[in-house]
Amino acid sequence: MDKVLMSHGGGGSMMQSFISEIFIEKFNNEYLNQMEDAALLPGKTVFTTDSFVVKPVFFPGGDIGRLAICGTVNDISMRGAKPLFLSASFIIEEGFPVDDIKKIVDSMVDAANEAGVQIVTGDTKVVEKHSADGIFINTAGIGILHDEASVSIKNGKPGDVVIVSGTIGDHGMAVMGAREGLDFDPPLLSDVSPLNKMVEKLMALRDAVKILRDPTRGGVAEVLYEIAGMSNVGIKIYEDKLPVKENVKSACSMLGIDYLHLANEGKLVCVVDKDFAYKALEIMKDDKYGKDAAIIGEIDDSGLVTIETIYGTNRIVDRPIGELLPRIC
Amino acid sequence: MQGIINTAKELIDRYNTGESIKIMEVCGSHTMAISKYGLRQILPPNIKLISGPGCPVCVTAQNEIDASISLASQGVTIATFGDLVRVPGNNSSLQEERAKGRDVRVFYSPLDALDYAMANPSKEVVFIGIGFETTIPSVAMTIKEAYTKKIKNYSVYCLHKTMPKALEALVVNGSDIQGFLLPGHVSAITGSTIYNFLVDRYNIGGVVSGFEATDILMSVVMILKNLKDPKIEIQYKRVVKDEGNTEAQRLMDEVFEESDAEWRGLGMIEESGLRIRDKYSEYDAEKKFKIKKPNSNTEIKGCRCGDVLKGIITPKQCPLFGKACTPLNPVGPCMVSSEGSCAAYYKYGE
Amino acid sequence: MCIAVAQKVVKIDGDVAETELNGLKRRVSISMVPDVKIGDYVMVHAGVAISIVDKETAEEDLRLWEEMEEALRESFKQK
Repeated sequence: MDKVLMSHGGGGSMMQSFISEIFIEKFNNEYLNQMEDAALLPGKTVFTTDSFVVKPVFFPGGDIGRLAICGTVNDISMRGAKPLFLSASFIIEEGFPVDDIKKIVDSMVDAANEAGVQIVTGDTKVVEKHSADGIFINTAGIGILHDEASVSIKNGKPGDVVIVSGTIGDHGMAVMGAREGLDFDPPLLSDVSPLNKMVEKLMALRDAVKILRDPTRGGVAEVLYEIAGMSNVGIKIYEDKLPVKENVKSACSMLGIDYLHLANEGKLVCVVDKDFAYKALEIMKDDKYGKDAAIIGEIDDSGLVTIETIYGTNRIVDRPIGELLPRIC
Repeated sequence: MQGIINTAKELIDRYNTGESIKIMEVCGSHTMAISKYGLRQILPPNIKLISGPGCPVCVTAQNEIDASISLASQGVTIATFGDLVRVPGNNSSLQEERAKGRDVRVFYSPLDALDYAMANPSKEVVFIGIGFETTIPSVAMTIKEAYTKKIKNYSVYCLHKTMPKALEALVVNGSDIQGFLLPGHVSAITGSTIYNFLVDRYNIGGVVSGFEATDILMSVVMILKNLKDPKIEIQYKRVVKDEGNTEAQRLMDEVFEESDAEWRGLGMIEESGLRIRDKYSEYDAEKKFKIKKPNSNTEIKGCRCGDVLKGIITPKQCPLFGKACTPLNPVGPCMVSSEGSCAAYYKYGE
Repeated sequence: MCIAVAQKVVKIDGDVAETELNGLKRRVSISMVPDVKIGDYVMVHAGVAISIVDKETAEEDLRLWEEMEEALRESFKQK
């Protein structure tokens, strides 16, 4: 591997090995090695960072601005923390329309207000034409751990229940549809939304809520593999329980893509103690962004991530590798 | 759904003679569906579903992949299906060429590639034509449209292959097969009569199958029923007619003519590929860019994709499977392409 | 070898049709299925309709299974 490839950023196993080889081994410290969406620092402080390079910049149901705020708010929330302060820095290509920036900033303000966070610092750089592609946004975020939180990706135990907070693949297919010229009627909207309020309510279940993870690039499949790997367990999900919109399923079968690989920007995967599973499901369902929450499977000790098909047969879940590309075969 | 599966199991048991039966599917999408639905778990151990040369990427010869990759470095815009992007050539891949700044673009349809060429007259667009009879007519359409509209910046590097002669090559050189699960969408174009030679000359039957689990299981039942008296039948009647799609056949025949073709793992097979007819030579990238296929070393040490493609060994019997050869760093084409049998076996944990 | 999905033809103009599947709209070439009508389902591969889906046989497939199931139940009774 002498050149960085698109697949190294695709959210799948190529990205994981690229990150651990190039960065983790070198930076190597106790906070980074937690390998969580956000690092837990002394004093219950939670700290995260993210970059946003989505193309197209404006997509059905959202834009890069809303995505940047929600993505950061969600990474902090997945650690069981309450997001408070965000930074936002922009790398803008010479010639990018100012009106578009105003629109992006407006949606950042709306998302920040909805999540109840403040953008307290930032930076702006302009680069020559063609040395960036429109606009990139980098964010950082600080939050405070909820008192009752004891969430970590290493907490999974056989018997725990796996819940997803809503329909799978909406964001990934909304963006891919915009790129591939698929037009949905009614339109397929990205699910990009802040989940900090939902997480806050889940904290009432204290340590029964063991793992929270937002399945962004690499999708639900990648998150299940991360959980299985870091908790050293297996996971079994059931195809007939997976909440997927019919138009997302059709688009996936047309493009030859597995919806478990598609990015989600307003969903979480929650691993919860089985005695509290229905309580957690109830909390999610009465949240604005949890209407379609569903129990999709359970943790087992197989060491594999498997799925029971609608035919009653079993197979392992295909782990995403790199870029998602439409296929003919 | 569970009811149909139980019925299928009982029917298969009913017609199962107990002897070892190898049924070969020759379509990457069948390979994927069988693994994705876990259908092998429904079959008794003596009935084996083995994967043949069904994925267009897996059968593309190494030197043809290298030729496509080298084209990228001649300042042309490479238009391709997603399937080909990660396939490793001897020293690069389209994905790596793109990382070097070469213009490699993925299209869902050849028609989109032609639209792109028309919208960007300054760019020289070359579409890499891989795929079997299902895909060939759509590529033929783009060549014909480019011809009628005199579009100068679009051409096709034709690597297309056709199914019948490859099946014959499999049967002739000793792949022990008792029945074929015949490709559903290829047959929607070609019809089912092109497979009659399997019964007439080799006394092996086959069933043109759809892609749902119920289609595949019903086709297996039909193959077992016909074992003693082999026939070619169509299970996928809702899509496939005996005579196929005559309009598509006419279009294919107008733009392409038969030619010998090099198959990865099977070698040179007469009349198993296509060439662009002289009338359309202006749109034949091989002529336009004088593409010479490098004599790349075809076999990678230890790689037994050839035997996997012929159904002589299963992916698991290849020494590299799951060790040196995984989806993360694929060695042979059967692992590279997500439709390849090794990729399907590895991904779905057969 | 060929991913193809059945889509319903909702509008036809020239040799291009607009198809719909669960809300997913797609412009598709129909020059290879000249006698397609609005309301037909077509199998679409790489943006091109390769065949018209025969509605009756689609229902027949399901009936075939029911008949098979029935035949099996009958034969068990005789055993």
